[in-house]
Amino acid sequence: MSEQDNILEVRGVTKGFPGVLALDDVSFGLGTGEVHALVGENGAGKSTLIKIVTGVHRPDEGEIFFAGERVSFSSPREAQEAGISTIYQDTNLISLRSVAQNIFLGREPRNRFGLTDKARMKREAEELLGRYGIEADVTVPVRSLGVGVQQMVAVAKAVSLDARVVIMDEPTSSLEAREVETLFGVIRQLREDGVGVLYVSHRLEELYEICERVIVMRDGKVVHTGDLEELPRLELIATMLGREAPEIEERTTSSARENATGELVLEARGLTTHHAPRDVSIEVHAGEVVGLSGLLGSGRTETAKAMFGARHLDSGSVSVDGEEVDPGSPAQAIKSGLAFVPEDRKAEGIIPELSVRENIVAAALPRLSRAGFVSKKEQDELVERFMDRLGIKASGPDQPAGELSGGNQQKVMLARWLCLEPKVLLLDEPTQGIDVGAKAEVQRLISELAQDGLGVVMIDSEPEEIVEGSDRVVVLRDGGVAGMLSGEELTEQNLVRMIAGSESSEPQNNEEDADG
Amino acid sequence: MARPTTADAGPGGYAILVRLRNNGVYVALALLVLFNLFFTTNFATAGTILGLLSQATFVLLVALGLTLVIGTGGIDLSVGAIMAIASAVVPLYLGYSWPVAVIVALIFCVLAGMLNGFLVAYVGMQPIVATLALFVGGRGFAQVLVNGQLQTISDPGFLALWRATVFGVPMPVVVAAVAALLVGLLARQTTFGRYVLAVGGNRTASYLSGHPVRVVLLAVYAISGLLAGLAGILATARLAAGDPATIGLLIELDAIAAVVIGGTPLSGGRMNVGGTVAGAILMLVISATFVMNNINPIYAQILKAAIIVLAVYIQQGRRGS
Amino acid sequence: MATGTTVERDTLRRERIFGAIQRRGALAVLVAIVVVAGLTLDLFLTPRNIEDVLLHASFVGLISVGMTFVIITGGIDLSVGSLVALGGVLAGLSVGISWPLGLLFPTLACGLYGFLNGLLIAKAKLPAFIVTLAGLLGIRGLALVLSGTLTIPIPGPPAFVWFGRGEIFGLDVPIVVMFGAFAVGALVLNRSRYGEAVFAVGGSEEAARLAGVRVDRVKIIAYTTSGALAGLAGALVAAWLSAGQPTVGQAWELYAIASVVLGGTLLTGGAGTMLGSLVGVLLFYTIQNVINQVGTLTSYTQQLVTGIFLIVVVAAQTYLTRQRTY
Repeated sequence: MSEQDNILEVRGVTKGFPGVLALDDVSFGLGTGEVHALVGENGAGKSTLIKIVTGVHRPDEGEIFFAGERVSFSSPREAQEAGISTIYQDTNLISLRSVAQNIFLGREPRNRFGLTDKARMKREAEELLGRYGIEADVTVPVRSLGVGVQQMVAVAKAVSLDARVVIMDEPTSSLEAREVETLFGVIRQLREDGVGVLYVSHRLEELYEICERVIVMRDGKVVHTGDLEELPRLELIATMLGREAPEIEERTTSSARENATGELVLEARGLTTHHAPRDVSIEVHAGEVVGLSGLLGSGRTETAKAMFGARHLDSGSVSVDGEEVDPGSPAQAIKSGLAFVPEDRKAEGIIPELSVRENIVAAALPRLSRAGFVSKKEQDELVERFMDRLGIKASGPDQPAGELSGGNQQKVMLARWLCLEPKVLLLDEPTQGIDVGAKAEVQRLISELAQDGLGVVMIDSEPEEIVEGSDRVVVLRDGGVAGMLSGEELTEQNLVRMIAGSESSEPQNNEEDADG
Repeated sequence: MARPTTADAGPGGYAILVRLRNNGVYVALALLVLFNLFFTTNFATAGTILGLLSQATFVLLVALGLTLVIGTGGIDLSVGAIMAIASAVVPLYLGYSWPVAVIVALIFCVLAGMLNGFLVAYVGMQPIVATLALFVGGRGFAQVLVNGQLQTISDPGFLALWRATVFGVPMPVVVAAVAALLVGLLARQTTFGRYVLAVGGNRTASYLSGHPVRVVLLAVYAISGLLAGLAGILATARLAAGDPATIGLLIELDAIAAVVIGGTPLSGGRMNVGGTVAGAILMLVISATFVMNNINPIYAQILKAAIIVLAVYIQQGRRGS
Repeated sequence: MATGTTVERDTLRRERIFGAIQRRGALAVLVAIVVVAGLTLDLFLTPRNIEDVLLHASFVGLISVGMTFVIITGGIDLSVGSLVALGGVLAGLSVGISWPLGLLFPTLACGLYGFLNGLLIAKAKLPAFIVTLAGLLGIRGLALVLSGTLTIPIPGPPAFVWFGRGEIFGLDVPIVVMFGAFAVGALVLNRSRYGEAVFAVGGSEEAARLAGVRVDRVKIIAYTTSGALAGLAGALVAAWLSAGQPTVGQAWELYAIASVVLGGTLLTGGAGTMLGSLVGVLLFYTIQNVINQVGTLTSYTQQLVTGIFLIVVVAAQTYLTRQRTY
């Protein structure tokens, strides 16, 4: 494919921010009617590259060519008007507005009096969705639609802008299998129409299904470009991580761990809240890691929060070490020995203006206070101990926690709970949004904690990670328990099947292994 | 991008800007006081200075309570009305004895504050709207209590609250100083203070950390009511009359300005009690500077407005793209 | 139509109910009060009284139009009360030169100030509450200074005074202006690209920006409009009083906010209606009128009852529409 055919061409782009070189001499080409995968770990530079192409940032060096002409966009709007459309991970729809209003934002059709033509908006929005097989009420606020539908609307919106390049950033993260197929249908249609698609995703199976070419990034550099069919999966992962293939092989099989035969430390029975969880029961033994798996919206976080008293229970009970926990509030759960590390550090975890020190002791304050005053000595001692143990990197315990990196913030969160010496630790996506190195540290830490006798419930969306890190996995679907996997049955394949709820819900033993 | 701290301020101009942002109010106050010492006649006398400090106590007391409320990310527009309530209640109970009158008045004010707190914490109303309702209705309530009549007060024990001195320092100044110390202690050293900062900094995180969020919110509005009541009592003693029509009128503006200029952000999560004290005094000194130099004091009001905007601008730091 | 699981259907239904309460709650209360008052108070439904309520409501009503735009963008404008006073003073100062100036000058000058507000809030990213609070203080000071703290008498010309005292089809001019403003405001809010942009900015600034909406421009226009309408209201008040009084408008910004909130507009931005704000203003002033009529209550009790009423209505709205977060 000659360079002439490339609808989008990036040459020698470099971009730096204070303290970090985000992109280092990056070049690649996206052809017309081509679906191109963009892969790399968190921090590899993918989102910076997208932001440069869509006009959010300007490159320090290098050039960008669109449809053969040199371009330099100074705002996302410019890029959009030129024909580069982007679908972000956070759908970026305005939740209070309707589907039609979101789709036509900024370019609402007008009648001859200059007023917005609502009837036409509704009609055309319905037509657009219909063309891609999406069913939804276009007049209700977007937030009352399911997450999957919202994602599809975002796709339809991006596509409706007469784009010649469509960039999709983790478009399937909230979609069910059926919707993914719909999306792929849209992408195939785009390909036929000569639109270039840049597809960013962690889900390697999807890439192999829909993309022709791939560009792999690591540490801001392009480490591989080429046809996808010439790059086996294992090599792809290896290239992403900069490791050798055999190491990866080792990682995908379940690691052995000393068996959890400890006492029943957490027993949740019949947890029910108005829509999720629905009659969920979970048991955790000391020293055991129980994974909680399922699609987005299956009720994992809600279940964990319900166990922690952060969500009102309609019925059900939670006991720790045999004693029932008063379900009223997190404060009660904490007293009983429960700890909960939320998924969204920024929104629910870190208090940004407070120091690392103050963040770590946030949950331990009742224990550190003498007559209402905070005991500085005990506080500082605790903080030093845990900053050490977890290897939290900061300019000092007084640094505002909002300034730390994602990985270190996560460690602060863990420290907050570990310093309480809880009996049960509930973790919601503990490795989300942190780089490879920190991820490994956190995973190792969780394993250690289990060894020490803690009971752990871990929510993780990555089938690979949850299979490797858990002794047992409970799968949720639609708020209820769909099944459980343990021992030899606990494989990635079985897990994915159970999550998807395909034909048989019986876990299958891998035929090849049985023979081999 | 997080706010720059002195930790990452290099040498030179940038460091100065950061220090100015954190301590600007003290600098401004110091400069203005110096100016007055040199150029304003009669300023450098003990009488003038103590008199000024006495006048600053109303705004200061109210601003102290507001600092806590704003620390949780809220606001209290009803403080002036609560002062009026105190002013209406005191004369009604002076018949028993002035300590009783003071205590009953304070109870009324705490209850008013708790009503605010209840609406915000348990009903979930926005602080602006909840305290706005009390702003509208509170003064009316105070007026109804006394049928709109001004009540003169002659009880010497009560009037002493304004007129007495402790080692030469006027009583109101002593009261305000003690209040400032207590609030400062509360904010920095106590568990409660941490809770306030957490609730304002990230309410969900605070809740998930087991903090008694609703109780904290209820408490800060109650304290705000208490301090406003105290200010109302002092103002009443000064006026020697219970006058719910005028006591505390427009004080919320000066008080909020004092808090903001003092370095406490309206968004919550941080409190600067010392800054509030300096801010309250600064507000008064600005007015005094104009008055004592025979310039129309209304210009002082305009200047204050400009300073508020300037202070917020500096605190914002430079926002690049 | 497929809206997914039962989870989603429940959410949809609840959304619809809450939306209805939010939007129509105030109207229902207004109708209830009008009916009850009409039946029990002889003088309530007389044309004279109705016009009285409307006239008193018209000035804050005019401000509420601008306030609605500002609040939907997620902001707030506390300076409008003082701008009304400034408007009146400017009218008093300029009407002598030429009577149209008495209307134009306040509107333009206060609109210019609103533009300044918009710049500080949108470009310098300063918090709206503080900037407009400073405006509340500073503009009141300016009005007092310009007028020498005295009331500026405006005996004429009759063309100008007509705007405050005259009638169009039997209705006082300010009332007609208010309804006109609400009508135009509703049209712009619901049927123009600018209106869509206003909702978008209030709903999610980031999403709006990414969609190409000129967020800064939207905000600046909103504050400019708010200021201009306040200036116009000030001129109308001056025409009505035949005097430019620097002390009018105290707490009017709060009444306007109360009206807008009563009408169902979310203080956090992103949702609201012009009709709701109109109903809110009418409700606010109808209550005042009813209390007045009942006779035995003094003006102080009026304030008290208004405050209680505000609490009850908004509390009900808040409680019913609250999303269960934790």
